[in-house]
Amino acid sequence: MAATIAPYRPRVQPRRAGFAQLLHAEWTKLRTVRGWIIGLLLVPVMTAGFGTLISSGSECGYMYPGANGQLVSGPCSAPVGPGGEVVQDQFYFVHQALAGNGSITARVTSLTSSNPQPWAKAGIIVKAAAGARGDGSPRSEAVPGSAYAAMLVTGSHGVRMQWNFTGDTAGLPGDVSAASPRWLRLVRSGDTVTGYDSADGSHWTRVGTVSLAGFPATAQIGLLATIPPPRDQGHIAAGQELTATGTFDHVGVAGAAGGSWQGTGLGGPPGPGKNADGFQRTATGFTVTGNGDIAPDVGEKTISDTLDGLFAGLIVAIVIGAMFVTAEYRRGLIRVTLAASQGRGRVLAAKAIVVGLATFVAALAGCVISVPIGEHLLRSHGNVVDPVPALTWLRVVAGTAAVIAVIAMLAVAFGAIFRRGAGAVTSAIVIVVVPWFLAVSSPALPVTVSDWLLRVSPSAALAIQQTIPQYPQVAGDYGPNGGFYPLVPLAGFAVLCAWVAAALWLAVRLLRRRDA
Amino acid sequence: MSETLRAEWTKARTVSGTLWLLCGIIAATTAVGSLVTVSTRCGSDNCIQDPAKISLTGIYLGQAVVAVLAVLAISDEYSTGMIRVSLTAMPRRAGVLAAKAAVLAGLVFTAGAMAVLGSVLAGWLWLPGSGYNGSVSRAAFGSVLYLVLVGLLSLGVAAMVRDSAVAIGVVLSLLFVFPVVAHFIGNSTWQWHLEQVGPMTAGMAIQNTVNLGGQPIGPWAGLGVLAAWAAGAMLTGGLLLVRRDA
Repeated sequence: MAATIAPYRPRVQPRRAGFAQLLHAEWTKLRTVRGWIIGLLLVPVMTAGFGTLISSGSECGYMYPGANGQLVSGPCSAPVGPGGEVVQDQFYFVHQALAGNGSITARVTSLTSSNPQPWAKAGIIVKAAAGARGDGSPRSEAVPGSAYAAMLVTGSHGVRMQWNFTGDTAGLPGDVSAASPRWLRLVRSGDTVTGYDSADGSHWTRVGTVSLAGFPATAQIGLLATIPPPRDQGHIAAGQELTATGTFDHVGVAGAAGGSWQGTGLGGPPGPGKNADGFQRTATGFTVTGNGDIAPDVGEKTISDTLDGLFAGLIVAIVIGAMFVTAEYRRGLIRVTLAASQGRGRVLAAKAIVVGLATFVAALAGCVISVPIGEHLLRSHGNVVDPVPALTWLRVVAGTAAVIAVIAMLAVAFGAIFRRGAGAVTSAIVIVVVPWFLAVSSPALPVTVSDWLLRVSPSAALAIQQTIPQYPQVAGDYGPNGGFYPLVPLAGFAVLCAWVAAALWLAVRLLRRRDA
Repeated sequence: MSETLRAEWTKARTVSGTLWLLCGIIAATTAVGSLVTVSTRCGSDNCIQDPAKISLTGIYLGQAVVAVLAVLAISDEYSTGMIRVSLTAMPRRAGVLAAKAAVLAGLVFTAGAMAVLGSVLAGWLWLPGSGYNGSVSRAAFGSVLYLVLVGLLSLGVAAMVRDSAVAIGVVLSLLFVFPVVAHFIGNSTWQWHLEQVGPMTAGMAIQNTVNLGGQPIGPWAGLGVLAAWAAGAMLTGGLLLVRRDA
């Protein structure tokens, strides 16, 4: 009878191979391969390097006639509105000072222009005379960018009440003419301004009441006319601006208003010009001719313009993500990895998380370097950079890094699907870059197709960089070419996340079904 | 030399991926080209855009498949170790690369010709009478040459860096980073120069059939810039192949 031999039992108890151990293993792989560390360092270098290159090549300037008749160039400039955004505040203003409470009433009988624009404006305004002079005495004139409330007749959007550049409420519809004039009234009481309109001067409708925080006691009150240039015309030579003329009568001011009417061409580029601007007294009132716009400025640079280097960093991140899987297939290491861990899906999840976190940190470093350098370069080349609130800054900078990281995770999934480096890298780049490239820089595509490409393709995520909203009351270039995306920032990012989730799902399915 | 050529032709012919990738070139190019053509509403009286360029938009996608085909032609041998067998059997290394280039150029030329023919046909059907003139044949033939040159550029880069993923990343960066930077940069002089030197922006000039004077670079000069890129990549790749251990 043979003696039974007790089976060998190792003294060391096997530790449960938890997800934390898996993450640690994948992190060790990433950390110890020199090529991947070089790649991770290349992500911020490429992002910041190309971002800086683009920022330093972007110039903005105006040419205007100087003192001795020669053309002088000056930097672009734009005032900042009460809400902190960059604004356009250029119009012809016929005004007088109003101390304390009061009101202004006027009838507009026509708004004409040689090239009518939907958002041409003529109407009445009460505008803050902001700040103090250098010697401490209070300013009496209005300055560009100061708080205001206005009742306006527009080219083809009826009567509007607008305030502080971003506020906009509709009043009476229809175009203005001598046969159907529009009566406008603004009543100032403390910090609140109420706008009324009327078709006949006796039946008044309240359009809106707005509160202008910190509105100074003394304001400028008066008539204005302005017209934005047509969208396809960029910067226009001084003296060649399109102008609009408003005809006013029954002008009345109530309250402690003082002095005579004065005309001022407010805002606009420096130098003489605006030859056609001005005002004339007629037998019954005034005609006012002006150009420009009173609206948020949607055409200036934003901090996302300093982050355009992301495309270079993105390609490096895609190569890292794809190779983190395909290199294991090439070397056969994938069989060891799968044998050593429980659950193939968890291996892929660990790889995606490690690559995502590592590329996020690397890309974030690149973005954080890129933005201040880029802003400085843009400003020193004459550009206006729209200031943004801290939260928006964080969303754009962290969001851009997150886009790079999530696309690297997409490349991980493609690596597991294709198992070959070339196929995975090409698919990831093609699916992210080519739709964006066709939508933004191909002149051949119609706008509707471009919009759809930026809604459904992974490049929708770039909407996370958009800082300026689309204002219905501003006729701007809101296409992808102007940096505007069809989806709101988080929705665009969600589209990319949906692509990554679908790709990871497919990758896990294939990984489970196929031999390694 | 003819034995080297035959060996490379046998490899290309018998690898299962080649046929799929060649079909991919044709499918990607014609599909994107037709979709863009169909979605373009071009009035018969006044079409300011370039109809040949529109119908050949698919080349933007097709070139990526060409790049994969070209990169795999050499980096696949590195990843399996086959390159050592090839170089032992055919010790004239420059000849091996030249044979690979010749086989690749022939394959890409054939597939590219079919892809371009399909795209132009779709454009001709959908954009009738909208300025199709003699320079369309130049744009079409030039687009085929464009694909061949992108293939040679990719082969050269792959011979340099050897790893397929890195090679394809480098190639697509070279192709796309120039137009992206040119798009964002605000200075029109820089933009102009970037579009003159970028392999894709310059090479794609061969597709212009209208407003030739207003483009950064002429059609054949642009294709010449791409040819210079391809020649540079092939020379550097060949030099490294000859000097380095496999």
